[in-house]
Amino acid sequence: MNFKFQFLFLLLLACTSRPTTQENLKFWGLGHEGEVVAQLLPEFTRRTGIRVEVQQIPWSAAHEKLLTAYVGDATPDVAQMGNTWIPEFNAVRALEPLDPLLAHSSVNEKNYFPGIWATNVVDGMLYGVPWYVDTRVLFYRTDLIPQPPRTWDEWLAAMRRVKQVHPDKYAILLPTNEYEPVELMAMANGATLLNPEGTHGAFRDPRFVQAMQFYADLFRNGYAPVLSNTQVASVYQGFAEAEYAMYITGPWNVGEFHKRLPKSMEGKWATTPMPAPRAADYPGTSMAGGASLVIFRGSQKKDAAWKLIEFLSEPAQQIRFYELTQDLPAHRETWSGSAVAKDPELKAFREQLEHVAPLPRVPEYEQIATDVAENGEAVVRGRMTVQQAVTDLDRKADSLLTKRRWVLARIQQR
Amino acid sequence: MNERRAAILFIAPALAVILLFFLIPAGASLLLSITDFDIYALADVRNIRLVGLQNYTNLLRDPLFWKALLNTVYYAGVGGPLTVVVALAMALLVNSKTAKWKPLFRTIYFAPVVTTIVGVAVVWKYLYHPRFGLLNRFLGLLHIPAIDWLGDPRFAMPAIILLAVWKNFGYNMMIFIAALQSIPEELYEAARIDGASAIQQFRHVTLPMLSPTFVFVGIITAIGFLQLFPEPYVMTGGGPVNATLSVVMLMYEQGFKFWRMGYAASVAFMLFLVIGFVTLIQLRAQKARP
Repeated sequence: MNFKFQFLFLLLLACTSRPTTQENLKFWGLGHEGEVVAQLLPEFTRRTGIRVEVQQIPWSAAHEKLLTAYVGDATPDVAQMGNTWIPEFNAVRALEPLDPLLAHSSVNEKNYFPGIWATNVVDGMLYGVPWYVDTRVLFYRTDLIPQPPRTWDEWLAAMRRVKQVHPDKYAILLPTNEYEPVELMAMANGATLLNPEGTHGAFRDPRFVQAMQFYADLFRNGYAPVLSNTQVASVYQGFAEAEYAMYITGPWNVGEFHKRLPKSMEGKWATTPMPAPRAADYPGTSMAGGASLVIFRGSQKKDAAWKLIEFLSEPAQQIRFYELTQDLPAHRETWSGSAVAKDPELKAFREQLEHVAPLPRVPEYEQIATDVAENGEAVVRGRMTVQQAVTDLDRKADSLLTKRRWVLARIQQR
Repeated sequence: MNERRAAILFIAPALAVILLFFLIPAGASLLLSITDFDIYALADVRNIRLVGLQNYTNLLRDPLFWKALLNTVYYAGVGGPLTVVVALAMALLVNSKTAKWKPLFRTIYFAPVVTTIVGVAVVWKYLYHPRFGLLNRFLGLLHIPAIDWLGDPRFAMPAIILLAVWKNFGYNMMIFIAALQSIPEELYEAARIDGASAIQQFRHVTLPMLSPTFVFVGIITAIGFLQLFPEPYVMTGGGPVNATLSVVMLMYEQGFKFWRMGYAASVAFMLFLVIGFVTLIQLRAQKARP
């Protein structure tokens, strides 16, 4: 009797212990996403027997934590990563190339927005799979701008009309300390910001100069107020009071606008893709943001890690994740027939996401971007001419890229 | 001879600790500051180059460094003396003969010193909240419009100074109390017989007797204040518009955010020079006095 019981117990143990001893993945999620992803994972464990330990890291400390973990040889197996960080983590060789894993996988490039996918590709190799996406579009008041502008000329005409109605107010809010507005206009105008090799600045390129001039003129003509985002008390209040009729921002503000604008504003605002310099280029290029899932080179469980990425990339999980976070799903299929498709304000994002491009994929770019913001502000506040600003940007970018040029030259010599 | 050997034996453990945890790391970071150790060095150690004093020359040309240095000097220059003055005032009050419950007040005023700065900073962040903060509620009662303490570049640093003074004065107060108690009572008696008022007693007896304490307190406070870091790290992240970016914060950002370790090490040594310079001035100023 006793023997039989022991035997049964052992049998039971054998059955249950198989999946638990098999795998125990470490996953680092960032901010709110890291918090809610745990709700998706029981399903994954049930299906594959792989258990996932989620470590949640605040966005503000994430970049340092991930780098320090890499230096200290304590990286997780899988992590969420802002897609603009991928070039940097690839430069230190922290990330596993994913191309070999992609061959017989449910993850397929054609299900993704090309510009977003491109942010994960460095020197022809894939290092991340888009998890959710983010870009900027134009939010505008429909009572002041009946027709959404498609070209820069129409955009200027719309601004002129707003100024005619409200001479003491403004047409558009472009916070002077943000680099996004200048870069968006430059990218829409075809500027590449750096040269193709990413070794020198390309800010003196006529396409960039023209875009910066266009940007500066918006302030000079009084269409945009000379205010940094710390000087704007509340974006929502300003928009509701028609302090400005347009604002370039991202998907998170769709929910915030619904929540924070007064009831009287309901139905009086809409979103539209970015205007383009020329009608043929509509919509204008916007930036490819969002987060990707990556596998660290140091991981001993890359197959299991890839299974987790495949799982989180399934349309069904992408839709659940959207419902939990309101982050726009990366998988294109989820955009038709789900809750994402039902929100009219998200249509502009759907359209815009087909026309997004990554920022230059070099690790130094985050620092160069802060210089773009600084010089943009100097131009707007009249401390620099456009010509001076672009010359100075090229000088700063070249100096920040000195080491990169040396490293690339050294690799070529070998 | 034997005595000397014993002496060396006694100080050896302390010396070993200083060597291992201070001198060697300091030497290593001095070496680091003449290399261009950066993110590329993580990929391949052969990507490190000796660059001599280039980090330092770049630093001196970096407007952000000057901004950080100016912020730090502003913080230490206003906050340091204010802490000393408040500490002395509190010490006089707590030490006064008419005061009751002395140990209780000493404990209350010393409590902020032993609380963790991160916890305190989080609480103060709530006090400073532009809409729901207690501070603006009080200002509202006085019909002063709400101030965005940590969001307005003009008020962010004063807000941090206020917190730092509250957090730090207790330590100096304890030192002042000890010094006040060591002033012989006969001096005050003699002064009173000569007809000195309370203010005259303070100026001509208390202050001169405290002067060695002032040097100590001044130097310790200056060193502490020049290393401003946790307050802005927790409360403002160095913003708004770099208004609270300190030298240590700049070093942290260059080192751990951008992984420019060589550059960050040169920031550390510049700060070391600044602190050394300030300390030297204080010592000189003291010696110059008769």
